[in-house]
Amino acid sequence: MADKSLPQLLASYRERKHLLALLKEIQEVYGYLPGEFIPEIARSLGLPVAEVYGVGTFYSFLSARLQGRNVIRVCKSAPCWLKNCELIVETLKRELGIGPGETTRDGRFSLQLTNCIGACDQAPAMMINDTTYVDLTPEKIPEILGGYK
Amino acid sequence: MPEKRIVLKNCGVIDPRDINTYLGQDGFKALAKARTELTPEQVIAEIKGSGLRGRGGAGFPAGLKWELARNAPGTEKYVICNADEGEVGTFKDRYILGRDPFSLIEAMAIAGYAIGSQTGYIYLRAEYYYLLNLLQNAIAQAQEGGFLKGLVIEICEGAGFYVCGEETALMDSIEGRRGEVRFRPPFPPTQGLWGKPTIINNVETLINIPQIILNGAEWFNHIGTERSKGTKVFSISGDVERPGVYELVMGSPLRELVEELALARDVKLVQVGGAAGRVLPYQEIDTPLAFETVLGAGAVIVFNESRDVIDIVFRTMEFFAEECCGKCTPCRLGTEAMIEILAKFVQGSGSKEDLTVLEDTARMMQLTSLCGLGQTAPNAVVDTLQYFPDLYQARISKSEVP
Repeated sequence: MADKSLPQLLASYRERKHLLALLKEIQEVYGYLPGEFIPEIARSLGLPVAEVYGVGTFYSFLSARLQGRNVIRVCKSAPCWLKNCELIVETLKRELGIGPGETTRDGRFSLQLTNCIGACDQAPAMMINDTTYVDLTPEKIPEILGGYK
Repeated sequence: MPEKRIVLKNCGVIDPRDINTYLGQDGFKALAKARTELTPEQVIAEIKGSGLRGRGGAGFPAGLKWELARNAPGTEKYVICNADEGEVGTFKDRYILGRDPFSLIEAMAIAGYAIGSQTGYIYLRAEYYYLLNLLQNAIAQAQEGGFLKGLVIEICEGAGFYVCGEETALMDSIEGRRGEVRFRPPFPPTQGLWGKPTIINNVETLINIPQIILNGAEWFNHIGTERSKGTKVFSISGDVERPGVYELVMGSPLRELVEELALARDVKLVQVGGAAGRVLPYQEIDTPLAFETVLGAGAVIVFNESRDVIDIVFRTMEFFAEECCGKCTPCRLGTEAMIEILAKFVQGSGSKEDLTVLEDTARMMQLTSLCGLGQTAPNAVVDTLQYFPDLYQARISKSEVP
């Protein structure tokens, strides 16, 4: 899966302003930000280790823990809550055998709860990776999950 | 007051992947007019004269912001479009971006001309990654058409954090840092991105610009109320039959949006402005929607009679605690303290003293937080304490009641 090595990635992001973009690509390639990369990134960009770690742990789309190949983010904010997102979460828990914050043993899915993803007019909604699924019902879940390897 | 389409004029009319359909709707005529008939100062004068105020929630006069940046010393200046709408219940910018990306690009080009900037950024929230390709395509077509002479527009993707919609946190995020709020002053128009003069405008604010340049400040100035000109695009969701995006003339009553357009029934309360907004009980349903009263970024969440008020307030505070950037103490600790107390009211074990602490904490946060997040986080608590005091009283532990 790791089609780009760290030195290759570091070579394409040379400036301080690229730190976030670099971390996002590492996340995409490796599924998380491996701790041992942090000092190397810091050296490469001439930044304190604490700053790289600080940015890497700030954003919700970056993770210091290994994530599944597919990350499910179920919206739990008010408009989705009013449309019973809890039922969607329950269905996902049953289908995947994991709870929010966990990853399936086969590494196929991670399940997370998230704040508003801007699909309130089609609630309840969730994202899998970059795709947003709307107007969810428990019946739709197995088929949606089936589309991911 | 009727629905009126200024911002949404092209939505559903043009093909967002084809610039020719945009050109067929007077696209890029405002930019041509600005460049050939108006000086940058005259463009700014038009925007100032129109009375256009920021649509992202704060309502700052757009023309004044531009003027400050124009007059700030330096040759390197930036135009930023804030497309990081993360306010709970807001999805209007998603709707607009997906249907009319060209108006945004035209507006940014006008802004670049007005303030003297060669670089523009669209800060797009990570959750809207699916709009990236559409926006890139629109920028490329505008470039090929020769409309972006002297201006480079880059898209900067967020990485998921509500507070990055706050302008100074957004700039830090573009710079590749943690999206933490900055102390102000200095304000962005004088020292913004990389310390250079910068204007940051919401998507909807910018979309108004070409229309104002084409039709004139006077035209825009006659729409709306005394201090709120033009229209507002609302995102309505929750306990309604027809959720969606509606554009109304400023000053339209909340009732029109909630009951007539979205067809809500048995309304108990409405949150106007999302989690950071104001809570209005049903008896306030005739409140006009404007900067003078309630507005925010136009997120309207409707809760019906079956909903529990304290539960709503608790969840609202949970949201802020999670999305707080952690830089300032009033917000970081205030939101946590409020959650702790509100949890007691959820369980029915609150005390009279807790009510006092809630009120004191709310005041402290409003007064001393570094940015809008901390200042507005207590709104739901403050408003429900005012409108639904009995509900809090009913959750005071039985042993406390004399």
